[in-house]
Amino acid sequence: MNRVEGRDKVTGRARYAFEYPAEDVAYVHPVQAAVTRGRILSVDATDALATPGVLAVLSCAEPPALGSREDAELALFQSDQVAYRGQLVAAVVARAPETAREAAEHGVRIGYDAEPHDVLLRADHPGLYTPEKVNPGMPAETRRGDVEAGFAEAAVTVDATYTTPTLHNNPMEPHATMAVWEENGDLTLYDSTQGAADDRDTIAEVLGLPPERVRVVAPHVGGGFGSKGTTRPNAILAALAARAAGRPVKLALTRQQMYDLTGYRTPTIQRVRLGADAEGRLTAISHEAVEQSSTLMEFAEQTAAPTRVMYAAPNRRTTHRLVRLDVPTPSWMRAPGECPGMFALESAMDELAVAAGIDPIELRIRNEPDVDPENDLPFSSRNLVACLREGARRFGWEGRDPRPGIRLDGRWLIGTGVAASTYPSRRMASTADATVEDGDFVIRIAAADIGTGARTVLTRIAAETLGTAPERVRVEVGDSALPRASLAGGSMGTASWGSAVVRACEALLKNGERGTADTTEDVEGDTGFSRHAFGAQFAEVRVDLDTGEVRVPRLLGVFAAGRILEPKLARSQFVGGMTMGMGMALMEQTIVDERDGGFLNHDLAQYHVAACADVQDIDAVWIEEEDPHLNPMGAKGVGEIGIVGTAAAVANAVHHATGRRVRDLPITPPKLVG
Amino acid sequence: MKLFEYARAADAREALERFRPGTMYLGGGTNLVDLMRLGVARPDFLVDVTRLPYDTIDADGDGLRIGAAVRNSDLAAHPAVRERYPMLARAVLSGASGQVRNMATTAGNLLQRTRCPYFQDVSRPCNKRRPASGCPAIPGDHENLAILGHSEQCVATHPSDMAVALAALGAQVHVTGPASDRVVPIPGLHRLPGAEPERDTVLTPGELITAITLPPPPPGRSHYRKVRERASFAFALVSVAAVLDVDEASDTVRDCRIALGGVAHVPWRAERAEAALRGAPATEEEFVRAAEAELAEARPLPRNAYKVPLARNLIVRTLQELIP
Amino acid sequence: MAEMTLRVNGSVRELDVDPRTSLLDLLRERLGLTGTKKGCDHGQCGACTVLLDGRRANACLALAVACDGSEVTTVEGLGGAADGDEPHPLQTAFVERDAFQCGYCTPGQLCSAAGMLAERGPSAVTADLTDDPPLTPEEIRERMSGNLCRCGAYVNIVAAIQEAAR
Repeated sequence: MNRVEGRDKVTGRARYAFEYPAEDVAYVHPVQAAVTRGRILSVDATDALATPGVLAVLSCAEPPALGSREDAELALFQSDQVAYRGQLVAAVVARAPETAREAAEHGVRIGYDAEPHDVLLRADHPGLYTPEKVNPGMPAETRRGDVEAGFAEAAVTVDATYTTPTLHNNPMEPHATMAVWEENGDLTLYDSTQGAADDRDTIAEVLGLPPERVRVVAPHVGGGFGSKGTTRPNAILAALAARAAGRPVKLALTRQQMYDLTGYRTPTIQRVRLGADAEGRLTAISHEAVEQSSTLMEFAEQTAAPTRVMYAAPNRRTTHRLVRLDVPTPSWMRAPGECPGMFALESAMDELAVAAGIDPIELRIRNEPDVDPENDLPFSSRNLVACLREGARRFGWEGRDPRPGIRLDGRWLIGTGVAASTYPSRRMASTADATVEDGDFVIRIAAADIGTGARTVLTRIAAETLGTAPERVRVEVGDSALPRASLAGGSMGTASWGSAVVRACEALLKNGERGTADTTEDVEGDTGFSRHAFGAQFAEVRVDLDTGEVRVPRLLGVFAAGRILEPKLARSQFVGGMTMGMGMALMEQTIVDERDGGFLNHDLAQYHVAACADVQDIDAVWIEEEDPHLNPMGAKGVGEIGIVGTAAAVANAVHHATGRRVRDLPITPPKLVG
Repeated sequence: MKLFEYARAADAREALERFRPGTMYLGGGTNLVDLMRLGVARPDFLVDVTRLPYDTIDADGDGLRIGAAVRNSDLAAHPAVRERYPMLARAVLSGASGQVRNMATTAGNLLQRTRCPYFQDVSRPCNKRRPASGCPAIPGDHENLAILGHSEQCVATHPSDMAVALAALGAQVHVTGPASDRVVPIPGLHRLPGAEPERDTVLTPGELITAITLPPPPPGRSHYRKVRERASFAFALVSVAAVLDVDEASDTVRDCRIALGGVAHVPWRAERAEAALRGAPATEEEFVRAAEAELAEARPLPRNAYKVPLARNLIVRTLQELIP
Repeated sequence: MAEMTLRVNGSVRELDVDPRTSLLDLLRERLGLTGTKKGCDHGQCGACTVLLDGRRANACLALAVACDGSEVTTVEGLGGAADGDEPHPLQTAFVERDAFQCGYCTPGQLCSAAGMLAERGPSAVTADLTDDPPLTPEEIRERMSGNLCRCGAYVNIVAAIQEAAR
């Protein structure tokens, strides 16, 4: 099925947050902190306020009234303390965007009392501590058996440290908001968000409004990858600016501002230790993750979490330690935790395969657990081995010579690598409404389509449940006025919203006119199984012997993700994740100034995401997987698993090509040349 | 962006007459508008020179005359450039994107400014942007900055690919100015940072590039090769433009031209390497010796030392591939 | 403010503009043509690509005043009809091939592809510079690299362009 909103997107008719028409609209431009830590002593906005066309200046000199300051990233202008370089400290509202920007950049003088700061993550940082929980509510540490004894009895061991850099989501659509205060005091926000309902609740709370007086509209969102999963300062700023200016206000963060204000993937330092017997059976697994958060809030990424489900071993340990630095608060980025964590674990597994002289696919098969190795729960379904075998067949793995650095085509070294993928299959409670209007079916649910194809897959799910053609179903999403639904995140969208849509359609079939559903009870019953999707990623790389340039002629992903509801769109999700994973392997990194913590390469010329020329043959396939323990559709999420394991597959292929083991991403020419 | 006046000049005389302090000439805008939006450039007056009658390529005679306003994509697509100066076509095509090349002009490409992250961020010091404010790149991030010819004031690199090919070809830049017309060679147009990193070139205020002329193509084979981790739409980590003329009877180098990009504040003509190679056997050993002679001058910083072996390998490999 | 004339998707518009206004902001904020997207505002992503006097260009890097007298085609005018109701073959192929996800880079991809298909001459990956090369997937990938897609739809974008070019 083609995307139901496809025609609107290719003709330019699909409207994104910044693009709604409004009468007499004004623009707001942020002012960012010039120091890393300290106190604001003075705010002199004389020049800005004297500029023709400027309507208002916002800052902590006159803190606007808020209902809640709990989320310090959203409690704008409430404090004179600066927590990181680039923090939002003031803003200028003007009739024209050029005026607002010029006045913000040159018309507001802020005096600071700078204080000493600390911005660098390191494994021996004295401030490291173990958080109570890691996202989303998991224990920070797990232990089983005696890890040291397991290593002591091992015939082969790997003990290596892997690092991943700060990464930025960089959706193509900047974080943008238009805020409109209605005459009765209600607030409408056209906001670039992954969850209209949660966004509405957060904004209402911060502004001190009852939720029913706030409406968030977001039918089309230009990507988010986690960075639009929580309310961002742009939404609050637009609302405050519109209140101050007495007219609708629009705000789109600049690409540069996005780096400071919309979250990022924490850098990680991960020590992985593996011990195995002579046949490659793991005797011990230890995965220790070190990561950062801000002084404002604790954000504890679940970096070592995937290691808890991947392989059997009697002795195991995972730990997370955090340090709170004078930096912006990290946030979600596609497969938070699983993505950087599996780079480390799956690189280490490859190192173990080399050390033990065992084929890396065979090594993984030998360590396949019967039940969840941490909690002994049965898997609702688990087909990692099938993915590895199917991938090996399609990729042509058989007969692979494991020796590194021996395949040369001209001046290119060639290698292949494999890595496993995994991602949890969860769902959250949602509500939906199904009605008949003018003979067609209308489904209403405050779901979000951020490019995942949610609108299309829900259309298909509704049509199947109703026993009708998709053309007779219209699905309305992206509006907090619709029945409440969970956000687009954690690969939970289709499972969460689809469950509600199925139930609502079933109710409609019973009563003939209207059906509503609330899946709270269904979701509370999701216990008793360990639910995860699995996959296997295969990479072929070519490494230029002279320059260290790495090119990827082939990437193949084989996934086991329950029932694939909409093959065309699911494939796009898998391939898209793999494409981002390849970029993570080879080019993505946010360069941090070590002295002030600021993000230096804060644009798309310096922060490289994969371009069209980088993507040659990337393909994704899946195996048929029946899983009755998930949801009415039997589906697992597909939005994130594609990026999990890709970087390890590429890194393992680079090792196979060159004999060089790069343990710190990205794998750039400076690390290979010489 | 500061409010500015805009005027479109019909010819060079009008452009020069309109020039006053605070004026900048506007070509394709692909770097100037970018820098104005960042606050790095804050002109009072823009004189648009894209409609000046310098938008043609004249291939009469042995050399080539490229108008200053010729768009990069038209330069690379011109039959005479493709047939006679393929190295130049390749260099132009390896820069930026199709869209940017459609907009960017020849003169604008030469005069584009460094992409050093500190230069582009007005919240930070930079000697090039604000003289005597300091160079945070030296103690900070300089992974992609200069290894040759830099100073304590500035380690920026020149970002152009085209200029590297022009440096190898020995192009001449034709300049008109308030006082007189003159011709400046490449290399020679761009300057090393020294104590005045704010000056990228030897041009003086008000001077306007009108054309670039190329001497007849040098004998031998030529190539432009650019290294970058993203396969396209990225500035060079290191690039090389090389021309090699080998006497096939004796397998010795009759002549060669080598220029490097991504290593210095200027397109770097590798004259030491060239001198080492003239008359030498056309062998890998000699190419290595020549590359190392050039790079003996390199003073890498802690995080860009990789550019030395990278430049060496690139020179050697490119020359190897030019052996007939 | 400066007076200027622009022909946009076939209609002549007489405008009074702040010289700082980019062509992109003029289209989006003044003319209501929000199909053209702002992704980076520095020519680094291609989301703002339009056809300027028939050639693909980054509308964010063009000052509106400098486009006085020019002709602009945006995604809204790509199919030829002012209401966008006659899709360009590229638009059809993008839908059929699922060549986008979030859709935000899509108008720029489409205008860039339309401009690219009309271009002649070699690219950085062309082996023999003296011939106009056939439009292989490798050529399309290189020529379309000025349009970033964070969703990672490149595989399908290349397939769609190949299909539309046939």
